[in-house]
Amino acid sequence: MADTTATATPDTATTSDDGIRRRDFLDIAAVSAAGIGGLAVVYPLVSQMAPSKDVLAASSTEVDVSAIEPGQAIKAVFRKQPLFVKRLTAEEIAAAQRDDTASLRDPQTLAERTKEGHGDILVTMGVCTHLGCVPLGAAEGEVKGEFGGYFCPCHGSHYDTAGRIRKGPAPTNLEVPEYEFTSDTVIQVG
Amino acid sequence: MSFPWARQYEPSNGFTKFLDERLPLPRLVYNAIGAGYPVPRNLSYFWNFGVLAGFFLVVQIVTGVVLAMHYAANAQVAFATTEHIMRDVNWGWLMRYAHANGASFFFIVVYLHIFRGLFYSSYKAPREMIWLLGVVIFLLMMATAFMGYVLPWGQMSFWGAKVITGLFGAIPLVGEPIQVWLLGGFAPDNAALNRFFSLHFLLPFVIAGVVILHIWALHIPGSSNPTGVEVKTESDTVPFHPYYTAKDGFGLGIALLLYFAMVFFLPNALGHPDNYIEANPLSTPAHIVPEWYFWPFYAILRAFTVDFFFVPAKLMGVIAMFASILLWFFLPWLDKSPVRSGHYRPMFRKFFWFGLIPAMIVLFICGGAPAEEPFVMLSQIATAYYFLHFLVILPIISSVEKPEPLPYSITEAVLGSDKKVVKGENTSPAV
Amino acid sequence: MTKLLSVRLVAILVGLGFAVAVLWAFVVGAYNAATEEAAGHVPYEKPMDLAWSFDGPFGKWDHAQLQRGLKVYDEVCSACHSLKFVAFRDLEQIGYDEGQVKAYAASKQVPGIDPVTGEATTRPGLPTDYFPSPYPNNVAAASANNNAIPPDLSLMTKARGDGTNYVASLLMGYAPPSEELLAEHPEAAPGPGLHHNPYFPNLNLAMAAPLTTAGQVTYDDGTEATVEQMSKDVAAFLTWTAEPTMVKRKQTGWPVLIFLLFATVLAYMSKKQIWAAVKPKK
Repeated sequence: MADTTATATPDTATTSDDGIRRRDFLDIAAVSAAGIGGLAVVYPLVSQMAPSKDVLAASSTEVDVSAIEPGQAIKAVFRKQPLFVKRLTAEEIAAAQRDDTASLRDPQTLAERTKEGHGDILVTMGVCTHLGCVPLGAAEGEVKGEFGGYFCPCHGSHYDTAGRIRKGPAPTNLEVPEYEFTSDTVIQVG
Repeated sequence: MSFPWARQYEPSNGFTKFLDERLPLPRLVYNAIGAGYPVPRNLSYFWNFGVLAGFFLVVQIVTGVVLAMHYAANAQVAFATTEHIMRDVNWGWLMRYAHANGASFFFIVVYLHIFRGLFYSSYKAPREMIWLLGVVIFLLMMATAFMGYVLPWGQMSFWGAKVITGLFGAIPLVGEPIQVWLLGGFAPDNAALNRFFSLHFLLPFVIAGVVILHIWALHIPGSSNPTGVEVKTESDTVPFHPYYTAKDGFGLGIALLLYFAMVFFLPNALGHPDNYIEANPLSTPAHIVPEWYFWPFYAILRAFTVDFFFVPAKLMGVIAMFASILLWFFLPWLDKSPVRSGHYRPMFRKFFWFGLIPAMIVLFICGGAPAEEPFVMLSQIATAYYFLHFLVILPIISSVEKPEPLPYSITEAVLGSDKKVVKGENTSPAV
Repeated sequence: MTKLLSVRLVAILVGLGFAVAVLWAFVVGAYNAATEEAAGHVPYEKPMDLAWSFDGPFGKWDHAQLQRGLKVYDEVCSACHSLKFVAFRDLEQIGYDEGQVKAYAASKQVPGIDPVTGEATTRPGLPTDYFPSPYPNNVAAASANNNAIPPDLSLMTKARGDGTNYVASLLMGYAPPSEELLAEHPEAAPGPGLHHNPYFPNLNLAMAAPLTTAGQVTYDDGTEATVEQMSKDVAAFLTWTAEPTMVKRKQTGWPVLIFLLFATVLAYMSKKQIWAAVKPKK
């Protein structure tokens, strides 16, 4: 920039080394300040698209599990997505534990997927890990797939009674969201 | 176009050379706002406001697009989504205040830009087209700003929409059907809100298009300057970059300081408290006033309180309000003085500073005041002067006035010389 | 040339036309003003100029005051006025912790749906819920209040000029009209169901004085609950509800302005350097 100035008006351009350096410094500093200012503006412009306060506040859900009978599941909503809460029967628990040692695509034991002391409550997202469809098997009378858990009709992923992927294109087990028992019968998800 | 001594673009590296041969974008920028655009060397800070207006147009588009991501144009929820933006959206309060005050600053710099043009007669040949396009931009801005003010769906939004669309109701015979058609109903509601939102989103891009034409037209004769004497030789000009990029950069810094001082510390000072009350079709605010930048024209509208022969007062006001802006389209042909700059026009200068400017200030104050005395009578005198100034005084003084001696050239005006020549000789446009 | 002359001739005629029309209106207006008695305004008081912790460019919220103000709203105002843009979760911003907010929300009944029958019912509030409205709709609000719908208070201090001072002044200002005022403006006497307040632009409003006796609210922090104290506290609280981001806004403003000042000085020096080459030597 200083160069163009100097060539534009050769007659009056500062010639001493000091002067040129000072001019360069000023121009660079001024342009840099403009650049920093421009970058600073990007931050709020980007951050405004992140979830707003009301969305974040609604990102935890409480579910009362006391009314779920063994073998039944309920669908709740967590972050605007389906959440499956299922009380396993003794047979389903046994089947899941038997398969803990089987060759699994995404190895996890039933114990790792449930909370201590509540081994019969399986909480998973109702979102197939393949492309995000809602698997069947939570509601009464729905197809449970070859492994007796959940079945995704979109591309035929079969999940077992612990919600682990056993067959089909899905890469991982149904996600177990972060949750905790706030009392014996109430879980808080998120 | 441009002057023969304008510097030619030379690609500085392989990439710009490649680009220049295929899509000469670097060349375009170089010739438009780079070293390839020679500009009179004597421009004052009054020549900063064009760039600032362009800057605030960009601010409005960027913040507006962001706000549109969170706003819902539905009368049930519009007010609530505006509050959602203020309370819950990350930096939403900043976006909204920046947009609301950005509109005010856009108008401030555009008004200063227009007044610069009026004082230095920037509308005169060969720059008529720049001026005409500028008036088009101003009209589009007014339409956009009006519709934008409706969107938060507060009391002033609703009643402003009702009053302004009601103006069309003054037109004989077809007025009322037009008003109903504009609103898509009998009062502002969902239909009106939704179409205003759609048009409020569209028009800024139309403005941007006309701005490009405005700048294109500017680059044919080049900028005017405070002497009004056309550029003669290379020594009259300096390249836009770095001289005016640096000067505009400083001007932008000052403008941003004032703008952000408003946004962060007085964000509601230019707004009206009533717009924080949700629209209520059953309750009219005590005083319906538009945003401050419409006050002078609102005063002209309300100045016509008495029927004039067969023309009803309301219709007369509507005609006068539109005429007060539309007459700007004729300025290049009303003011035939061969001298441009007000600095060398003694009579014009007096009428400008002691007639037009006080009249505009009075109109501004009266437009924001309630419709009672003394404001109504003051606005009537100022309105009369406004029309007389542009339509009567300007054409007459341009033929009877004896201009003061002009400098021989811009260089002489800057560097000083005792050679002075008389009017007329130096006013022919540069070719 | 003749064409241009005619353009100007037409302009002069049009200009004179507008001027005559508007000056005619002026003459008629002046005649009316001279012959008719102007309807005088009944004077009302401008709000008192009170001091607030959040005033000025360095202002901050006084959380203790906001919490006291919430209590006044909760125990007095909320009987008639909604606060519909404020969620219980927002109370964390005025110094309550998550548990307190949860407990406070649960103490309020919000509209809900019976999970078994689907009937409209009420349930204890959650932090994500908004302050419930005291009336199910405007008709109910109007019928319970002598046809005057109590306005929502969320934005009240922004919806009135000098809003914080106005709310505090109004709450403290209830008094019967003075003899002098009534002598000069007999219409200033409160009509049936109205209450006189010199700070209200119409002088008489439907709301009876809501804060009448000291100790009407018992503050948890032991502050003496005078009418003045309660009025100020609830005005401060409503300033927060109107713009919870106000303090953050001011705090963000300073670094932005300081940076801009620095950048503008740099731009000025840079501009001066660049122009030094072509500026005439003095």
